[in-house]
Amino acid sequence: MKNLQFKDMIRRYGILIGLIGLITGFSVLSERFFTISNMLIVMRQTSIVAFLAVGMSFVILGAGIDLSVGSVLAFSGAVGAGVMQNGGIFFGILAGLALGTALGAFSGIVITKLKVPAFIATLAMMAIARGGTLVYTDGRPITGLPSSFAFLGRGYIGNVPFPIILMLIIFILAYIILKFTRFGRYVYATGGNINAARASGIKVDKVIISTFAISGFLSGLTGMVLASRLNSAQPTAGMGYELDAIAAVVLGGTSLFGGEGELWGTLVGAFIMGILNNGLNMLNVSSFYQQVAKGVVILIAITVAQSGKK
Amino acid sequence: MVRNEKLPKKRGWKNRKKEALLINVSISLKNKEVFQVKKLLFALCLVAILGVSAFASSMTVGLSVSTLNNPFFVILRDGAIEQAKVLDVDLVVMDAQNDPAKQVSDIEDLIQKKVDVILLNPTDADALVPAVEQANKAGIPLLTIDRSVSGGDVALHIASDNVKGGGMAAAYLVEQLGEKGLVVELEGITGSSAARERGQGFETYIAKFSDIKLAAKQTADFDRAKGMSVMENILQAQPKIDAVFAHNDEMALGAIQAIKAAKRQDEMFVVGFDAVPDALDAVKAGDMKATVAQQPWMMGVLGVMNGYLVVNGVELGVKFIPVPLKVITE
Repeated sequence: MKNLQFKDMIRRYGILIGLIGLITGFSVLSERFFTISNMLIVMRQTSIVAFLAVGMSFVILGAGIDLSVGSVLAFSGAVGAGVMQNGGIFFGILAGLALGTALGAFSGIVITKLKVPAFIATLAMMAIARGGTLVYTDGRPITGLPSSFAFLGRGYIGNVPFPIILMLIIFILAYIILKFTRFGRYVYATGGNINAARASGIKVDKVIISTFAISGFLSGLTGMVLASRLNSAQPTAGMGYELDAIAAVVLGGTSLFGGEGELWGTLVGAFIMGILNNGLNMLNVSSFYQQVAKGVVILIAITVAQSGKK
Repeated sequence: MVRNEKLPKKRGWKNRKKEALLINVSISLKNKEVFQVKKLLFALCLVAILGVSAFASSMTVGLSVSTLNNPFFVILRDGAIEQAKVLDVDLVVMDAQNDPAKQVSDIEDLIQKKVDVILLNPTDADALVPAVEQANKAGIPLLTIDRSVSGGDVALHIASDNVKGGGMAAAYLVEQLGEKGLVVELEGITGSSAARERGQGFETYIAKFSDIKLAAKQTADFDRAKGMSVMENILQAQPKIDAVFAHNDEMALGAIQAIKAAKRQDEMFVVGFDAVPDALDAVKAGDMKATVAQQPWMMGVLGVMNGYLVVNGVELGVKFIPVPLKVITE
């Protein structure tokens, strides 16, 4: 009985214990690591992956996968920045968010209406959006953004960087949606067993399209935050970020088969990725070994989480 | 084959070191503005000989490199490591893996580590401006190496004169062609300063010769695999090509593979840029006609050295140190 409880605890909170262990380890090894300013920096660096991972959580909980987030991020960031140059900040951000949402919804429609597997549909979107970015930007970064746009990615409220506040707002909103709304329960039901969900009257197509639209919206938001952080929209922005986002979600204990997992785990997963980057930098670990270390940590975390499952 | 390459490569690096020292002196002699630096070098040597450190004993230099997945920047890093040993300072190297966002994070981490000076080899001229500003705010001097940034306060920029290098490549190519022929240009990452400047120097020079025609010009992103596939396409489209100029060796080496596969290596020759070890081997083997040597080793050396001077409060008197180039044909 006790053993069972222990296993249950590892399954539920193993990842949190892992995060605390990681923070403790880095704090012991580097006196510069556990300072308020460094923690704020880690959180700001993490926010980029966290936005994507929250969107990815919706998709994966609905038993989908979205490989296009990095490219959609780049495309929305570029178009948003382009619109901003003439149309002002408001319309720029609006354009970026709208494009991200539209591309996400489009993937969702292809998946549900044309019955294309999510892996393939979003792989195609990944190429389309990256190509679109290159066409739109002509392969050059878009610069000359209005100076007040800097607030989104580089601003502060008090001593707290704005992206952190934005991350918390997004997280709380997404948490409420998943936990306390009918739509949230539909996402879990659809991901858990699509046929049962359909039979019980849930419009599963609508649910799936919505999850991809949410992922697209958050990709668009990330694109805008990143453009602000980098003072320019980069045509190569977000390359490989889809894998970081998926890793964060899976680290957080969400099942890749859908219907199972919680959003706070995703946030913890994103932090583990961010802390690994920062902490290994603080310890002067060579960047080549850093990649190995990241892979090993992901493996260990998943193995521990799995061992608690049975 | 790979194993055999290792020895000559190492020897090459050592030669480079010697060259670096020689050129070091020649810069100082040529350029009176840097005369002060020469005096300081002398002072530094004295300090080293006496074995007494007159300057701050422990110093940490942060080096953020755009990517270590390119031999050029690996050599740059090695030069920095070597010079850091000579000056007995700590060197922290970070690899941005060509991602500007990661590089901004890396710079933030260096600022958190409270390094004394940051050497930045930026992935992008605009994207790194916020990071440079953060370093300025933290009061940490920052030097840029090889590529520049478009804003913020930079203590010193150390780079090759790429426009001149492009012109040198063009001059060699025009001479070899006898001022007549069809030329292909493989461009680097569009918008990057290196691609822009090398292209500008090259095209300005060949424009002077009415019988030299630019048959095709396409971007291959400084990448070997892309250099190969872009060249394959150009070979299909162009029945006659006399020479190829690539903005870097990686693309040139890719192009050579494509040309060999099409069995057209006798029809044209290839000129690269950067003189990375693979390219030097290719020049020796006769696969590549020439490459313009930049001196990444020297960039690393000069970066650490000048960072050291800046931290110790030395007025450099210059904002830009050009690193000399040369055409290597054998």
